[in-house]
Amino acid sequence: MLASLAALLSTTLRMATPLILASLGGMFSESSGVINIALEGIMLIGAFTAMAGSYFVGPWFGVLAAVIVGMLVALVHAIASITFRADQIVTATAINIFATGITGFLLRLIFGDAGQSPSVQDVGTWTLPGINKIPFIGDVIGTQIPFVYIALILVAVSYWVLFKTPFGLRLRSVGEHPAAADSVGINVFKMRYIAVIMSGFFAGLAGASLSVGLLDLFVKNMASGRGFIALAAMIFGKWTPHGALMAALLFGFADALQMLAQTLGLTFVPRQFLLMAPYILTILALAGVVGRSTPPAADGEPYIKEEV
Amino acid sequence: MTASNELAVEMKGITKRFPGVLANDNVDLQLKHGEIHALLGENGAGKTTLMNCLYGFLEADEGDIFINGEKVKVTNPNVAIAHGIGMVHQHFMLVPPFTVTENIVLGGEPSKNSMIDYKKARKEVEEISEQYGLQVDPDAKVQDISVGMQQRVEILKALYKGAEILILDEPTAVLTPQEVEELVSIMESLTDEGKSIIFITHKLKEVKAIADRVTVIRSGKWIDTIDTNSATTNELANMMVGREVILELEKEKAQPGEVVLEVEDLYAKNNRDLMALNGASFSVRRGEILGIAGVDGNGQTELTEVLTGLRKKESGTIKFKGREIKKPQTKRLFEEGISHVPEDRQRRGLVMDFSLYENLILGRHDRKPYASKFKMNYKTVKNEARRLIKDFDVRTPNEVVKAKSLSGGNQQKLIIAREFDREPDLLVAAQPTRGIDVGAIEYIHEKLVEQRNNNKAILLLSLELDEILSLSDRIAVIYEGEIVDILDVEDATEEKLGLMMAGAESEEVEGGNDVGR
Repeated sequence: MLASLAALLSTTLRMATPLILASLGGMFSESSGVINIALEGIMLIGAFTAMAGSYFVGPWFGVLAAVIVGMLVALVHAIASITFRADQIVTATAINIFATGITGFLLRLIFGDAGQSPSVQDVGTWTLPGINKIPFIGDVIGTQIPFVYIALILVAVSYWVLFKTPFGLRLRSVGEHPAAADSVGINVFKMRYIAVIMSGFFAGLAGASLSVGLLDLFVKNMASGRGFIALAAMIFGKWTPHGALMAALLFGFADALQMLAQTLGLTFVPRQFLLMAPYILTILALAGVVGRSTPPAADGEPYIKEEV
Repeated sequence: MTASNELAVEMKGITKRFPGVLANDNVDLQLKHGEIHALLGENGAGKTTLMNCLYGFLEADEGDIFINGEKVKVTNPNVAIAHGIGMVHQHFMLVPPFTVTENIVLGGEPSKNSMIDYKKARKEVEEISEQYGLQVDPDAKVQDISVGMQQRVEILKALYKGAEILILDEPTAVLTPQEVEELVSIMESLTDEGKSIIFITHKLKEVKAIADRVTVIRSGKWIDTIDTNSATTNELANMMVGREVILELEKEKAQPGEVVLEVEDLYAKNNRDLMALNGASFSVRRGEILGIAGVDGNGQTELTEVLTGLRKKESGTIKFKGREIKKPQTKRLFEEGISHVPEDRQRRGLVMDFSLYENLILGRHDRKPYASKFKMNYKTVKNEARRLIKDFDVRTPNEVVKAKSLSGGNQQKLIIAREFDREPDLLVAAQPTRGIDVGAIEYIHEKLVEQRNNNKAILLLSLELDEILSLSDRIAVIYEGEIVDILDVEDATEEKLGLMMAGAESEEVEGGNDVGR
């Protein structure tokens, strides 16, 4: 019993990892006042890039490539929504559709398969010496894919950056009241560019965690809504890294539960209902059922400097 | 350039264009060290634009700026801050969920090991607050503190960044008379410390009371710079508006009739789900103007919205023409004879992208003669619109242009035209003259008095105490969602109202006077 509980929690952590990473990305972007629903598309592109990088060079090269490509795609979103003040939802939706198309196209072009890539080398697992010997805890967290540890470290780093450093204070001021930030000499556009590009870093990493972490191949549309669930986790967590972590773990738990029920052959709840759970939680989170949370005041609003 | 050394700021020939508007046309301004200099002009005259050019929020198209004799190209606020200029904006530039300390240090945070040194920041804020006698709570969130304290935070923010030259944009607009006095003494102690102050205003009384010198601008043009002592209030008014101005409104005594609106024990919540009206009670009679005086955010908005059916009440009774209205619905109230001049004309008063004729029939658009069963009668609508535009002196090329192409004053006249034309029994006018030019203000004031003389009931909500005092027959003071007291205008003084606006009961105010006598 204890062993299956440990397995359940271990799976929870693994399934939550892409969500944690992507929601951190969304948080940086939205804290600065730019909504980025392109997380989904960037994840997908990141997943493909990581797989291809691993196929041609090696898994860690793939991760690096995913992060760089993620930042480049985010840059497109930044240019459109910050400089050209395009509608942020429309721009991001275009990126999401583009992501589906380009990954599908390249998959067929390079690997000659419309459904999935060949198996590539993944990043393997890391083992925490000492901790893996502790009963139960060792089973949960002692040996994991590297992305789990990276995500947990990045939660702490993100918290520190957002709430302890001058950079974080300025970033949040830009998202809450850009004119106020401007009036004390903070470059609103620069801050927003940095934040959106950071969100590309996180979403690219999240994508890599899918194709060379959780799995060892790329499957068409493998992000399958995780970018949006990550946004829900971010909202759920009230735009804080620790809050997003807890929310992502909850979603991950729902996922893990569903997988466990499947392997154990539990049939008292239809599998489809368990599959639905993360998405229903998402809707509830977005509808504000689970506690009201207030977004940054200038979230989604382009900043126009010259106004009469 | 030896003479310029006594000047803290010199702006020469500043011109700033916006698409379709010449906001500043060759404007000069000279600020001496240690003086309080008023920048006087009507709403829309270009005062704030000029100061935004000095602060680097905007870049002037032409002209030069000298700070302490040195020519400076102020391309962004950083340059201004580096040259010791600080600006307190009319709409405070504060981040509501941040603390007072965070707001003050933002952009120049003290840090240790690449983290913000909050301990040091807090200490510095306390020191500077003590040095200048500006009381603030360093740990409070800005969203939880009073408007007066927010303003002190804004001033501290500028001082913290080392400002020697302070620009205050309409600093008194949101304050009670007592808070204004406090601000004046702060300004005086700042100039004693050697700071120089430019303060933007359109209130003549303040210029006379506070400033050493005054620069007047009108329609973006420099008119004159003079010592405040050398001109009377009337002369200043003429310079500002460009013609004779009626400062005192003439009106005969009210002949109030029966009660039209009776409000008792009204409770309502604000958008943040907190109680904003806490048992407000009052009544308005035919042929009188009841003015509601109060500092912004004491329930005026919510009161307006409940009375016009735009917000639901929690409890209390509203009686209109003797009948209780259980569930106020906008359309029903409108049909029964309540007109509404909303406080935000661009959000609630007009559809900015609609033409004038469309705007003029909003609310009656579904009725004869403007509409028949299935189609609009645009010909009738346009004829009516032309009549209203003429009757209410709306300055516009024609009735087809969009509402957003009109000036603020003309937009407001358009709303007045629509609302008055319906011959309502009760007119709820919220901030009817906010941010418009003197000509339009005079016109709207006259119209309001005319309606009152025509035996209408008028509820006037205004943040401008002068407006309340000159228009109202009775004055109700609102504080934290409650009507503190209702006075006849003959018994009301600015001082008394000011104290009541800060929550003092009428008796206390009287009592205070007794001791003095």
